[in-house]
Amino acid sequence: MLEDLFNVVTTRFNSVVKDDKDKKESKSTVDIPKDLFFKCPRCSSVVVSEDLDNNLGVCPDCGYHSRISAVRRLAMVADKESFIEYDKDMISKNPIDFPEYEEKQAKLREQTGLKDAVITGECTIRGRKCVIGIMDSRYMMASMGSVVGEKLTRAFEKATEKRLPIVLFTASGGARMQEGMVSLMQMAKTSGAAARHSEAGLLYITVMTDPTTGGVTASFASLGDIIIAEPKVLIGFAGRRVIEGTIKQRLPEDFQSAEFLLEHGFVDMIVDRKSMRKTLSHLISLHTDNVEVKDR
Amino acid sequence: MSMNNITPWKKMEIIRHKNRPTIRDYLPMIFEDFYEMHGDRLYGDDGAIIGGIGRLRGMPVTIIAEVKGRDLNENKQSNFAMPHPEGYRKALRLAKQAEKFKRPVICFIDTPGAFCGIEAEKRGQGEAIARNLFEFMTLKTPVVSVVLGEGGSGGALALGVCDELGMLSNSIYSVISPRGFASILWKDASREKEACNIMKITAEDLTELQICDAIIEESEGGAHNDPMMTAENIEEFLVKTLKEKMQIDIDVLLNQRYTKFRKIGEFEESAAAEE
Ligand SMILES: [Zn+2]
Repeated sequence: MLEDLFNVVTTRFNSVVKDDKDKKESKSTVDIPKDLFFKCPRCSSVVVSEDLDNNLGVCPDCGYHSRISAVRRLAMVADKESFIEYDKDMISKNPIDFPEYEEKQAKLREQTGLKDAVITGECTIRGRKCVIGIMDSRYMMASMGSVVGEKLTRAFEKATEKRLPIVLFTASGGARMQEGMVSLMQMAKTSGAAARHSEAGLLYITVMTDPTTGGVTASFASLGDIIIAEPKVLIGFAGRRVIEGTIKQRLPEDFQSAEFLLEHGFVDMIVDRKSMRKTLSHLISLHTDNVEVKDR
Repeated sequence: MSMNNITPWKKMEIIRHKNRPTIRDYLPMIFEDFYEMHGDRLYGDDGAIIGGIGRLRGMPVTIIAEVKGRDLNENKQSNFAMPHPEGYRKALRLAKQAEKFKRPVICFIDTPGAFCGIEAEKRGQGEAIARNLFEFMTLKTPVVSVVLGEGGSGGALALGVCDELGMLSNSIYSVISPRGFASILWKDASREKEACNIMKITAEDLTELQICDAIIEESEGGAHNDPMMTAENIEEFLVKTLKEKMQIDIDVLLNQRYTKFRKIGEFEESAAAEE
């Protein structure tokens, strides 16, 4: 029975994947090179890449906040030259000896200049000191394996030790399957580190960016004291195709959007990119500044 | 009796056996005076997870378990052991209650994974699992988990943050089902068997990865051949483990629990690059 159910899910899954691929291929013969243009996944508008770039990576037509690199994100949020990186040379091993895992990573490291899918460290945001972690979807869809798990755990531990707030920009396709069960355990590890930081009475702010899904949604991303999302981004536990395969119907367009999560009570606020720096600094100051009532 | 020569794929076949015992079979064999408690006090009651209070050799314990059905009717009730958020929230409610009354918590894992559906997303499946990981890590009472058959992904881990993890000798515990693994990484679901054999999902493999702490022997050929004997082995494991964990000062125990997960991960850092 269950097998049948999974058969349906995976067959459906495969056919959808294939359809999409076909679509892309047929489109690409018509479309102009994609590094010059950006097609918005939300409203299908085609935008000149340079214009998108000049607009902080935000679709001018619908406000979708597209994926940007961790380095660019850091520059948008942190005070200039305030960032001190942690654990920048940590790289993953191959815990289940998955074929070609090392090669794939070496290639990605060269392409992206990253060592894995997250950068962590400390910085100031408009003068407010905090620990910061930023995930980068260009690196294996920012899936969580040993390195992401370890760096984030250390970031929480450093923040606990130094009594600092922590801000995490999440983006992830979920657990890194190539690392097998070791990747699943990173969910428990990071959540445990978040729990200790919380027990110390310290502030944890999550900023969910596109896409925040799977095992990352089901662990540290959902555990912030304050959960912020960028407009129109995808946030969810299960993949859209898996759900469509299970229920055998199309899902509404806004399903698993930031707005959907806000409506259902899983996000505190939706904040756009140009207001993010100010919002974060205000929220941090509300938790760290002098707490006494002033006399007039 | 060693199970080492059984391939992962063979184990998959054993745990899919139609007479594989479920928690409903084991409950009366291992526990006395079991009272089932329903509901998460927030939304509803999830049939995929049962929870309650009973006695293990006289000692009151809280029991939380994912339930596979033994026939279509039971499977309808238990949604094929795929919990919704309210199931995980019921589990957490009962675990907090156990903490209050200083009872240990025993979790039984047996699920293909958390349910994937519209309602599950609306009610925060991700948040529900995350909250359990967070809360169980600091729960001030001993927690022991046992994988009975299939431990599927985050839906299993939500009952798997514990002081000691035991696995039945043919059970598996994986980040995604072998079929899902093959279909996503190789775009070919038919390579399920190959995936199963490389994923390191058996009790022996997970012992090596320091994820599994104890292998609980099943009867020869699989638990279905002698559920009573398998139940006795589970009971022995629980009694022995809880006796040990109940002696440990709670702060020490919580540190050990944190470290159990903290140490998992395989990475390297090049010292040369340090400035
Ligand atoms: Zn748009």
